[in-house]
Amino acid sequence: MPAPIRLRELIRTIRTARTQAEEREMIQKECAAIRSSFREEDNTYRCRNVAKLLYMHMLGYPAHFGQLECLKLIASQKFTDKRIGYLGAMLLLDERQDVHLLMTNCIKNDLNHSTQYVQGLALCTLGCMGSSEMCRDLAGEVEKLLKTSNSYLRKKAALCAVHVIRKVPELMEMFLPATKNLLSEKNHGVLHTSVVLLTEMCERSPDMLAHFRKLVPQLVRILKNLIMSGYSPEHDVSGISDPFLQVRILRLLRILGRSDDDSSEAMNDILAQVATNTETSKNVGNAILYETVLTIMDIKSESGLRVLAINILGRFLLNNDKNIRYVALTSLLKTVQTDHNAVQRHRSTIVDCLKDLDVSIKRRAMELSFALVNGNNIRGMMKELLYFLDSCDPEFKADCASGVFLAAEKYAPSKRWHIDTIMRVLTTAGSYVRDDSVPNLIQLITNSVEMHAYTVQRLYKALLDDISQQPLVQVASWCIGEYGDLLVSGQCEEEEPIQDEVLDVLEGLLVSNLSTPVTRGYSLTAIMKLSTRFTSVNRIKKVVSIYGSTSLILYCCNDPISSWISFNFHLTECPLSVCQTFQLQLLSPSSNVVPALNQGTVTQVIRVLNPQKQQLRMRIKLTYTLKGSPVQDLAEVNNFPPQSWQ
Amino acid sequence: MMHFMLLFSRQGKLRLQKWYTATAERDKKKMVRELMQIVLARKPKMCSFLEWRDLKIVYKRYASLYFCCAIEEQDNELITLEVIHRFVELLDKYFGSVCELDIIFNFEKAYFILDEFLMGGEIQDTSKKSVLKAIEQADLLQEEDESPRSVLEEMGLA
Repeated sequence: MPAPIRLRELIRTIRTARTQAEEREMIQKECAAIRSSFREEDNTYRCRNVAKLLYMHMLGYPAHFGQLECLKLIASQKFTDKRIGYLGAMLLLDERQDVHLLMTNCIKNDLNHSTQYVQGLALCTLGCMGSSEMCRDLAGEVEKLLKTSNSYLRKKAALCAVHVIRKVPELMEMFLPATKNLLSEKNHGVLHTSVVLLTEMCERSPDMLAHFRKLVPQLVRILKNLIMSGYSPEHDVSGISDPFLQVRILRLLRILGRSDDDSSEAMNDILAQVATNTETSKNVGNAILYETVLTIMDIKSESGLRVLAINILGRFLLNNDKNIRYVALTSLLKTVQTDHNAVQRHRSTIVDCLKDLDVSIKRRAMELSFALVNGNNIRGMMKELLYFLDSCDPEFKADCASGVFLAAEKYAPSKRWHIDTIMRVLTTAGSYVRDDSVPNLIQLITNSVEMHAYTVQRLYKALLDDISQQPLVQVASWCIGEYGDLLVSGQCEEEEPIQDEVLDVLEGLLVSNLSTPVTRGYSLTAIMKLSTRFTSVNRIKKVVSIYGSTSLILYCCNDPISSWISFNFHLTECPLSVCQTFQLQLLSPSSNVVPALNQGTVTQVIRVLNPQKQQLRMRIKLTYTLKGSPVQDLAEVNNFPPQSWQ
Repeated sequence: MMHFMLLFSRQGKLRLQKWYTATAERDKKKMVRELMQIVLARKPKMCSFLEWRDLKIVYKRYASLYFCCAIEEQDNELITLEVIHRFVELLDKYFGSVCELDIIFNFEKAYFILDEFLMGGEIQDTSKKSVLKAIEQADLLQEEDESPRSVLEEMGLA
């Protein structure tokens, strides 16, 4: 049996494959060879074969038949075997499968091995993928190693303990004694991993948190030494001494200082020092400042310190590095509620970020901008936000439109401004507004009685320009139906259209390909309503007769006084209509012909859904010809028994 | 903590995957595929962070390789960029001006280095020197294993 090919040679061979099929063939051939090699229980080449298997696994091919082989490698005495075996275990074994438990004994032995690198392999494997059962079995060994004076092992034991605690939180207590003098270590590896371990314990247990508060002075001292110490080549990153450790200490201080006045006070000075002295020209310095800001904002810091933190974020916003701008916006979003005034000072910089090229930055800037809108800045802010709405990507338009409507509702300085703002949104982003905005806007317009003429005129003009944006068309149709008399009567400032022009526009909506069925319903209803306001009744009747024989959706005003239902004996069954307060369903009339000489009646049932229990009123209009002349009869029914709607 | 780290090429070939949370094989495959698509579609002008599921993704491109990490909400994105950079420096020092081919042909060594630098999604040692020294020593141990046996040893006579 020739020796199995070497790993690098296999990699080279596979890379020469020109097609997926060719690659698969090579892999299958090699897998077959490896399988038979495994069957022969060959110790010499097991390591090489498993390594090849791991390569093929990374390419996406199944490698589960190598799992047991990994266990055999781990049990071997050779370091090379163990190295590959543990790597294989981490890549191929899954805590869901029981086979992983077979590792436990090997790991236990290796944790007590005479060679620290073997102990390291075992700690690493346990610390990366140890299941709860394994952690339970081996926690004692880890705890022992946490107390060793060997810093290589101690640092690994600390992170292994972190993993054990994450998997089996109840075991946290047993590690407490070993934490006693962890922070007295000089070795940065041990220090770093110890801080991680302490952080994990404090986050999970209020008792631990209370217990470790006494470490604040020591942590402050360590941090101070890092900042004040001279150049240390081993831990230097761009002129800063061990930024990784600094960031972790700042994070632990955050947890310890949270909701504790004394601790917060004890760390006040060092935080101010880090905030003012850290070099900001490179990412590493800004990473420390970022963590510092998060800590200042979370603990009970004095207001001067908080302002300092917000100002750091404000400076971040002006940084050329987009990553820095991104974290600044994210952080400001978190603090805008609690430190509103401080964040307001950076409003113009934030608004400038709306023009940023990065999508994530734009989104955050938009969210933050809405959070900063108030009664004082509404006009200026809305200008910027509407400009943003004009030019932003479609993915933002719906949210931005909603945000504008909400802000306008809360802070509109005048009704006219409010209507203008709504108009602007509908004309620039009309296709993106949410469905519920149409009835909401109709409600708003209805309530602004003095603006009716202005509103209908503006909406009419908008329709003349563009009928593609459905929400705009729907609101406009509704308004014209409701206030069409104001539109043609000369109440508007500009030249008013004549009735036929208006009807042209509405009819145009009915026939247009761009109009959805919902929009057609709106425009047809508007036309019908205009029969009470306009004089061109014949034309209206004609339109209704053409379109009325198909299904129709009626839209009623939610103002009970002008509730208006049209029915015509040409109409057949109608589906439910959409309306804020009522839903109507007209069933088929009993007949299309009313018998002459009072010889019979025609009935038509109208089902009304009135969940808000609004008062029912009905206006009836009859049009007919008598001896060749048109007659029109109007009546109102106001005496529906209260039981019918209450 | 870091949930996972991925290294992949511009062509979407996975070069390294390290998972620090227990995840089913098919879920891993799905997540890798999804993330690679998202990251490879990003334009150069975009920032190095994005939100994905309930995690934050931090990625950086070094020559032909993307280094992509998933961290939690409370983790510091900016320092994660430094973690990625430190790992690249370690690879660079070990291989001597590292390139993608080094990682392809010596993937197991890349894993050994990563496993000496991070554990359970956290940094083990912040000293470059210390990490490289440990790898060096472990490599020596490996060499001792493989030292050739004399002919007499092979025959069982020594």
